[in-house]
Amino acid sequence: MITLPVFFFLYHALVIVGLSLVTVSRRNPVHSVLFMLIIFFHIASLYLFLNAEFIAAIQIIVYAGAILVLFLFVVFLLDLRAEEHADKYSMSQPAGAVLALSLFAVLASTMRGFVLGPHGIYGIEKITEMTHTKAIGTVLYTKYLFPFEVASVVLLVAIVGAITLAKRHTKS
Amino acid sequence: MVPLYWYMLLSAAVFCIGVYGFLARRNVILMFISIELMLNAVNINLVAISHYMEDLAGQILSFFVITVAAAEAAIGLAIIIALFRNKETVHVDEMKEMQG
Repeated sequence: MITLPVFFFLYHALVIVGLSLVTVSRRNPVHSVLFMLIIFFHIASLYLFLNAEFIAAIQIIVYAGAILVLFLFVVFLLDLRAEEHADKYSMSQPAGAVLALSLFAVLASTMRGFVLGPHGIYGIEKITEMTHTKAIGTVLYTKYLFPFEVASVVLLVAIVGAITLAKRHTKS
Repeated sequence: MVPLYWYMLLSAAVFCIGVYGFLARRNVILMFISIELMLNAVNINLVAISHYMEDLAGQILSFFVITVAAAEAAIGLAIIIALFRNKETVHVDEMKEMQG
């Protein structure tokens, strides 16, 4: 019996898994990045389905808007014409396939025994009443204030690190 | 109602595809895309469990995962640019100066 939520989930799961396989097997990095964009939009719509509007918006803005554009810029910046004729896979491809398949088998068999802990206070009624952004902000700026401040330091390190690494060294 | 197990299965599948891509591809950019795939798989798991537990901690954690992913992408792509400038290649098996 396929109800509407089940159909919705199955469609997204199928697209995400299928396009992930397509993404890791394309020869041209630009195609991979564009398929990744479709995956990110489907993941964002899955987040909406899980009542996480704010995370869905962040997913689109940060992942699709910033990270993928950065990837595209770098792919365009490097001259990858030789890529058309080079080998796609490295020597460790069989090892990677075996490792990924066995990891999936272990995860799928152990996750059956997963038991949820006690429920928290943010049920769907409470989130609808105070809106998702306000709920997430209340938790983020009280209980998780210190990790939030640490995150800003991580971003600062990323900015400084990226500039130092990519800067052309001028001999004086 | 979709069972939580399905979400965890989807997340595990995407994570394993990311592991495969990271180990199988020669191109550094494709390896980085595989890492992003793995981080997204973890995020799906976190948000799904957060929804089923009615607790926002998982969503906050996925928020931090996205922050770290942005920082990692910026630094990693800067490293790729620096490598390409010095070696004129994006293939990992051609960068073996540190091999003993």
